[in-house]
Amino acid sequence: MSDLFTQAVFIAMVASGVRLAVPLLIASLGEMFGQRSGVLNLGVDGIMLLGAFSGYYAVLRSGSVWYGLAFGTIIGLLLGIVSAVIAVTLKAEQGISGIGVYLFGLGMSDLLFQKLVGTPVPISSFPKVQLPLLSEIPLLGGMLFRHSLVVYLAFVAVPVSMWVLNRTTFGLNIRAVGQNPESADSLGVSVARVRYATVIIGGTLAGTAGAALAIDLGIFQQNLTNAAGFIAIALVYFGAWRPLGVMAGALLYGLVNAVVLQMKTLGIIPLAWSDIAAMVPAIITILALVVVAQRFRPPAALTTPFSRGT
Amino acid sequence: MRKPRFAWLAMLAALALVAAACGDDDGGGDGTNGDDPFRIAIVAPSASNDLAFSQSIVDAVNLIAQERGNVTVQVTDGMFVVEDAAAAIRGYAEDGVDLVLAHGSQYGGSLQEIAPDFPDTAFAWGTAADTFDLPNVFSYEAASDEGGYVMGVMAAALSESGIIGVVGPIEVGDAKLYVDGFGVGVLAEDPGATVNINYIGSFSDVALASEAAQSHLAAGADILTGTAQMVVGAIGVASQNGLPWFGTQANQTSLAPDIVVASQVYHWEVVLREIIANIEGGTVGGEIYEINLANGGLVIEFNDGFDLSDDVRAKADAAIDGIKSGSISTGQ
Repeated sequence: MSDLFTQAVFIAMVASGVRLAVPLLIASLGEMFGQRSGVLNLGVDGIMLLGAFSGYYAVLRSGSVWYGLAFGTIIGLLLGIVSAVIAVTLKAEQGISGIGVYLFGLGMSDLLFQKLVGTPVPISSFPKVQLPLLSEIPLLGGMLFRHSLVVYLAFVAVPVSMWVLNRTTFGLNIRAVGQNPESADSLGVSVARVRYATVIIGGTLAGTAGAALAIDLGIFQQNLTNAAGFIAIALVYFGAWRPLGVMAGALLYGLVNAVVLQMKTLGIIPLAWSDIAAMVPAIITILALVVVAQRFRPPAALTTPFSRGT
Repeated sequence: MRKPRFAWLAMLAALALVAAACGDDDGGGDGTNGDDPFRIAIVAPSASNDLAFSQSIVDAVNLIAQERGNVTVQVTDGMFVVEDAAAAIRGYAEDGVDLVLAHGSQYGGSLQEIAPDFPDTAFAWGTAADTFDLPNVFSYEAASDEGGYVMGVMAAALSESGIIGVVGPIEVGDAKLYVDGFGVGVLAEDPGATVNINYIGSFSDVALASEAAQSHLAAGADILTGTAQMVVGAIGVASQNGLPWFGTQANQTSLAPDIVVASQVYHWEVVLREIIANIEGGTVGGEIYEINLANGGLVIEFNDGFDLSDDVRAKADAAIDGIKSGSISTGQ
């Protein structure tokens, strides 16, 4: 057990948790905007997968990780528009339509990969950026400030999201539309426009998250996200629809995974317990969800389509 | 309230189904001899070009198709959901395929239910050594501990820190055999070495495999290996850090030409030839097959791009010869 707390291992373990948290954090923040306005998008994982393939393929063709990230983000934006049309304009049942988007992303990303690439080909990853001064702080520097730019941007997105939600008219409209769309509508707020905007933000960030994952790993494979999009949705509930809560959930999930991995590597968790230990992050998240669910309530209009005059 | 309109949703769902169900259908046969083609179908858990488990069977069947001619090959890959795989297996049987390959030990339960409904269809599944006493089920397995042992000997000889990291999926099947054999090989070469084994609990989580490799680095490992399709993530970490990597199931050199030392490659065609001969002779199941170093079903393919010393290469060759002759035990 003492091996776990050597400086090198401890730093690497926390850094690993942060890396694991980042795609979840980005996707969860996007999904949070949608849910705060009353739209549940279960298609996050499918959008992440298409963002992942698009980002990977763009890097493969261009050699630029930033083109890749941008391309994955744009694909996410387009799928966000599609999701918004389905959920807001067509008023489809949100759970079912989200599963449709997920299946589309799962199948299409694999189909495109098979037809355009075939056998996995490695691509370059994001370069590491050591933040001046901060990266030199003992312990913390290695854990938090020697990551790629995407990691820093993901965490910067948390206060930005808080500001948008709590300090802007747009944020006020999002909360109003998610809580009581009829009242918001009576005050002149366009429920459809707000929901379009939030679902598109969610799709865009899901695409970014997928592309960030693929480029960070330097590879694409069928079902690369391994259901990370669904975990991201769960983290929105875990985080009680608040950016800080979402960040806490993503970090908890990533860190528990990292600790379990390191304990298995060092033999602290015996091989016979490996499979059970692999479930620990999910179990902890579910337990935390249960606790959160008793204290917080989701937006009142979540999953409810809006039609004026009904 | 207006009723939701589902036209767009229906279109999207239809498109999704088309995309999700889009499996390869390779006409492997030339159909020139006028006979009905021999039809082989593969149901595999991951992509057919995963450079690992699924690719090994697809490559083997395509080779058989090339050798024989007049063979039709159908592949349904990406069947990581067992229920989907069961539907595909049943579909191929209903379609009159001559040999249905259920390539995944997780498909055994489904096969046990499906095979009795199609007594004239031959099924084969692996990696496993159990036909469920059904007359139309073959099983096949890989003695991957043998190649694992050889890789372990080389890894111990190359390691300077004496710490070697292994990334595994779930402790079952040929993955467990490989990892166990690898550990025995390492300790046979260097009894003082440490083999850190991390079963991540998933065959498909590339990100977790990547972080497992990072955890090995933190623990001081200077050599890495792993098995199953998710190891592409771990190979990336090895490549970024310049650490030698030992592959298995398929030749993984193309993923990291500078650091892959060698790969244990599965040649399932060795057992497929016997299975097909049995089917053509009227026996549609009941046999258990194994690929190993001695029968040529397992081959250690060295990467010419890796500067492996003659000394280490000689140790590997000696281990291969010893396993083939039976003078070396892998502990299984």
